Amino acid sequence: MAKQKVKFTFPTGLIKDPVIYRLGKQFEVVTNIRRADVTEDRGWVVLELEGEMGEIERAVQWVIDQGVRVDPVAGDIVEG
Amino acid sequence: MSYASHLLCRECGRCYPLEPIHVCEFCFGSLDVNYDYQALGRDTSRQRIEKGPLTVWRYSDFLPADREQAVDIGAGFTPLLRAQNLAEALGLRRLYIKNDCANPTWSFKDRVVTVASTKALEFGFDTLACASTGNLANAVAAHAARGGLQALVFIPADLEQGKVVGSAVYGPTLVAVKGTYDDTNRLCSELSDRYPWAFVNINIRPYYAEGSKTLAYEVIEQLGWLAPDHCIVPMASGSLLTKIWKGIKELSWLGLVDWAHTRMSGAQAEGCSPIVEAWERQSFNIRPVRPNTIAKSLAIGNPADGYYALKVMADSGGFAVAVSDDEVVEGIKLLAETEGIFAETAGGVVIAGLRRLVAQGHVQPDELVVAFITGAGLKTQEAVLDRLVPCLVIEPHLASFEEAIAEHREAVAAGRHTSRGESHG
Repeated sequence: MAKQKVKFTFPTGLIKDPVIYRLGKQFEVVTNIRRADVTEDRGWVVLELEGEMGEIERAVQWVIDQGVRVDPVAGDIVEG
Repeated sequence: MSYASHLLCRECGRCYPLEPIHVCEFCFGSLDVNYDYQALGRDTSRQRIEKGPLTVWRYSDFLPADREQAVDIGAGFTPLLRAQNLAEALGLRRLYIKNDCANPTWSFKDRVVTVASTKALEFGFDTLACASTGNLANAVAAHAARGGLQALVFIPADLEQGKVVGSAVYGPTLVAVKGTYDDTNRLCSELSDRYPWAFVNINIRPYYAEGSKTLAYEVIEQLGWLAPDHCIVPMASGSLLTKIWKGIKELSWLGLVDWAHTRMSGAQAEGCSPIVEAWERQSFNIRPVRPNTIAKSLAIGNPADGYYALKVMADSGGFAVAVSDDEVVEGIKLLAETEGIFAETAGGVVIAGLRRLVAQGHVQPDELVVAFITGAGLKTQEAVLDRLVPCLVIEPHLASFEEAIAEHREAVAAGRHTSRGESHG
């Protein structure tokens, strides 16, 4: 089993959508939230995803397709 | 010797041993190196520092790695120049330029990578890795060569050939990643989990980032053990600004400099200014952006240390400023034409940002100001190529020269280029 630490950043339009719940229902991936800050107009959630690597990658792509920004928990890694 | 004692979570305050880890296992907050400041305060002194080598390792007491084993190609102790011409142009009295173009691979990244590569060897890694479009790749490839480490450098597949040379010459394994910037970010994060490499800005990041503190130590020592009133720093991830502040505070705590009231201001390019955007909203929440600016070395859309940079600017009484790409080019030219320093685009951001801050009254004319120039302009020549005065083309005889120079001087006085000019492109 693989684990990935990620940060989801939600735009205003998705604040009310249960994206993380649906991720857990649609994919064989366990979500484990560690930190979050959500208000009425934006939000971010830092969490760990655990599952087969291929399944995690499919789940992450699905989250991105929903309109959520997904970043490594360490922030942007590609530096100038 | 190093006085580093443990890693500390910046969010929840949990402590960890000095290992190659970068996030807290509980809250996934980032980890920062902490020191035994009591022992450090007992042992260190200005005289002890002044006996050290003229590199960042002069300040090894304040770094988390051992000087005796340092992978050292001479990073640091770069010039601090009094910039009288630029000061007059901007309406300041005491302006200094910290010129980090003078590092071995021509950018401040040598400071962080000399620490990261030394620590990687201490931890027993045999491979140094990074993902970069320029300065970081150059520094990693060079230090890996010096330290006898394998180097793996991930670059975007569409990176211009010219930018690859400065890394390729040191013999690293270069991996060009097809896909978007975000794809590359995620891939490298996965790779760092899977392979036993020292990924300088992932699993070695707490140690790597500490190298930036040496900019603060040097400036204070070069000013005669005096802290500046105001620092103007370029912001990408925001780490540099926070570490310069940490360095100033450390010397202050230890009594090596009088209590510092330095104000920290950060500059970004408008095409990638998530930290400035949050500052202007008076929020500590960063909204990630997709970078679109010529200041590629600052193009980090989701800055890991953005929150902490905002805190430092707020706590120190500083400001955040964003400038347009046109202003960046003007900033590069102004610094070059007044002080003889050719900076890369990040330097243009700093000078243009400083100009704005002065105009807005956020930098006072009598403050002792230090502007941090973090990389050399030869790396980003394309940014200024079409904005330079064309060279004169003449026949090989005296009359042709005298005719051309007279025409040229007349044109300069009138604020235009001569018809004899030939562009540099």
